[in-house]
Amino acid sequence: MSTPEEHTTEAGHAGFLAIELDGAGWDGGDFASLAEAVLAAESAGFHAVTFTDAPVAGRTNALQRAAYAGPLTRTIALVPEVDTVHTEPFHVSTQLASLDYVSGGRAGWIATAAESPEAAAAVGRRNVTGAALAQEAAASIEVSRRLWDSWEDDAVIRDVATGRYIDVDKLHYADYETPADFAGAGYSVKGPSIIPRPLQGQLPVLAAASLVGEGQVSADAVDAVLVTAPTAELLAAEIRDVRSRLGVSVAVIAELDVVLDARGLAAAERSAGSESGRARYAGTAAGLADLLQALLAEADGVRLHPASLALELDELSRLVLPELRRRGALRAPLLDGTFRDVLGLTRPASRYADSSAATAAGN
Amino acid sequence: MTQQSRAQSDVFVPTGQLQFGVFFQGVNSGTIWKAAESGSQTDFESFRRIVQTAERGLFAAFFLGEGLRLREHLGRPHALDVVGRPDAQTMLAALASVTTNIGLVATQNTTYNDPADLAHRLSSLDLISRGRAAWNIVTTDNAWTGANFRRGGYLDHADRYRHAEAFVETAKRIWDSWETAEGPARNVLHEGQHYTVDVTPRLPRSAQYRPVLFQAGDSPEGRDFAARQADVIFSAHPKFDAAVEFRKDLVARSLNAGRGANAVQIMPASEFILAPTADEAAAKKEWVRSLQIGPQQAVAYLEQFWGRELSEYDPDGPLPEIDPVVEETSETRGSGFHGAKARQLADQWRAEAKDKGLSIRQFVTSRTARMDATFTGSYSAVADQLAEYARVGAVDGFNISPWLIPSGLDDIVNHLVPELQERGVYPTEYRGSTLRDNLGLETPVRTADEAAEAVRAL
Repeated sequence: MSTPEEHTTEAGHAGFLAIELDGAGWDGGDFASLAEAVLAAESAGFHAVTFTDAPVAGRTNALQRAAYAGPLTRTIALVPEVDTVHTEPFHVSTQLASLDYVSGGRAGWIATAAESPEAAAAVGRRNVTGAALAQEAAASIEVSRRLWDSWEDDAVIRDVATGRYIDVDKLHYADYETPADFAGAGYSVKGPSIIPRPLQGQLPVLAAASLVGEGQVSADAVDAVLVTAPTAELLAAEIRDVRSRLGVSVAVIAELDVVLDARGLAAAERSAGSESGRARYAGTAAGLADLLQALLAEADGVRLHPASLALELDELSRLVLPELRRRGALRAPLLDGTFRDVLGLTRPASRYADSSAATAAGN
Repeated sequence: MTQQSRAQSDVFVPTGQLQFGVFFQGVNSGTIWKAAESGSQTDFESFRRIVQTAERGLFAAFFLGEGLRLREHLGRPHALDVVGRPDAQTMLAALASVTTNIGLVATQNTTYNDPADLAHRLSSLDLISRGRAAWNIVTTDNAWTGANFRRGGYLDHADRYRHAEAFVETAKRIWDSWETAEGPARNVLHEGQHYTVDVTPRLPRSAQYRPVLFQAGDSPEGRDFAARQADVIFSAHPKFDAAVEFRKDLVARSLNAGRGANAVQIMPASEFILAPTADEAAAKKEWVRSLQIGPQQAVAYLEQFWGRELSEYDPDGPLPEIDPVVEETSETRGSGFHGAKARQLADQWRAEAKDKGLSIRQFVTSRTARMDATFTGSYSAVADQLAEYARVGAVDGFNISPWLIPSGLDDIVNHLVPELQERGVYPTEYRGSTLRDNLGLETPVRTADEAAEAVRAL
């Protein structure tokens, strides 16, 4: 468990690195298998891997890929994207809680809410656009958080004398209702969850910074935001803007596309132009180490999107991460740590714990 | 007889073989939690231990149930039995990384999932596990369960199988939509009473073409549904005579549905209590039952029907004289007892208990024993018994619920499996790497045109 002193904003420059594993599908992509790709990222010293779920032919469910990686790894956090707009919030919550169990507390959630007429048609719903997207995301996150808290930590008591497996006073209804101004079809979720509280208590929730703020998903609802800027030069300013907009309680993760000189080919020859909208670094490993050190001085972490997972991961693991560690810019990976530990977050009590303590005290 | 000619034959032909599956229940009274060796129901290590033991015993499949709402008792979550389990597909995806041959079966509901989303996730699991995924199809219709979902309760009881069938056909079309292993995928459009699905599927065929389909309903509608749609039925009839009857019934229904007599396999739910000798096994059974139905569970069992607290009644005394406060039992204890006529039952039960001189505890134990799916005996006697099922083709295998987690399969794998292998009725190695291979199922290849035709015929 981390102490407040270890929190990133206070520790200063030691940050964390995540890598998007899109290049390895269910079959491993350029690697022999998905297992090999995840282990390569872990042994390179990354603190987290992320799994995109944007609809592309051949792409398997991100949360399942993360779950598959759970038993194979020991230190790296596993963070899938899971949509909030076209999914069942109850299923999303229990799937994520289950991911936390199969990974020993290393799960996180990138909550997404993208406009997609195709995804809406697939579930027979009207296309969701504009402000309604953030409302769906906020509702789904709130449902998950309530359900994760709906079993207090010590709800399973196994009390042979009284024959009780659980202490029913430590289970709680979530009783969630979408707000009156909800743009989509309103819904309610009763609870409790069907799985005990996740190992981390609450999984860290990440979202695009563009989805978080006033009139959107509240900053209190997320633990970290992903910050995008069109160029590396603009990233540092954007990070500062987001911090001043959302406050220090939300960790900031900078998004960076990366293409490196590799295997005798210059990065410029390998890259045919980026359409991602993210800042992009193309060049030598040494130059990337400098850029990441500068970014980690501003942000809590950086997520890398490699042009080719196999090629970039090779360079990153041999040249870039060792150099950053040598400079003291990276946190040491935590053996058997949680994703909350990586983010410098303590384990929260269930929101319902006080109420039942009060009830017990009153009895 | 080759696999293909067997599948198309209109005569039932026993394979002479048995397969085992294991059902990690995760809830209810079947799993005992009061023994010193009772482990965690949620830690990954419990699941790893069970699935790896099953794989060592050449089991065909590992099953997980689905939780949609916690069972309740008198308006609050039920406190006495094991409860709290992971999401099935998430757990199975994790188990795929620590196993290589065993099939991974997710129970999933057709009422509280979206067809395109569920088909996609099952395809994902099938690809990630390299052709080992299966779907155990179940239906629900009650608003009580629906309280956890966007749609709430929306389906009438009478509609649930019609809805389920349209759902399963849509899922099959999604899986059939890739013309070749490389694609491209065809669009799938389904406009039904409760759903419109308009999707261009994202995932190619798996090593076993598409997930294997299990089905668990036992009503006439459920059996017909299985005969039309399923590869394997997870039946509730493990006793020999009932199993033989069920086979006959299912063969007739399969032929009626235009499929071969051998098209649908049968794996009844079952429990095994084994020991070196018959006496030791009988003593073990008594111990297991006393832990499955303790004094508090016996009283709670009656409370479900009486609709009121009965904690002032002695579990070792007679049944309560006061009458139930409800006319019909509600949905909250699970679907099995929903709608039971409470007053009528109470009168019957009191008379029966008085007649036989049974206490509350003895009566409840005898009630649950009527649904007894347990094989109790020495390793060799039970192996002889099972060999007879294989010889006549009463079943294709058994889906075993261990009463202890995580060590509950050890006896079966260490002692029963070798006895069955000696008798030539159990595999000595995995036939292949996919679940379809290991169950000996034919690959249901359909073109997208054939799939569309099957849907028009519905």
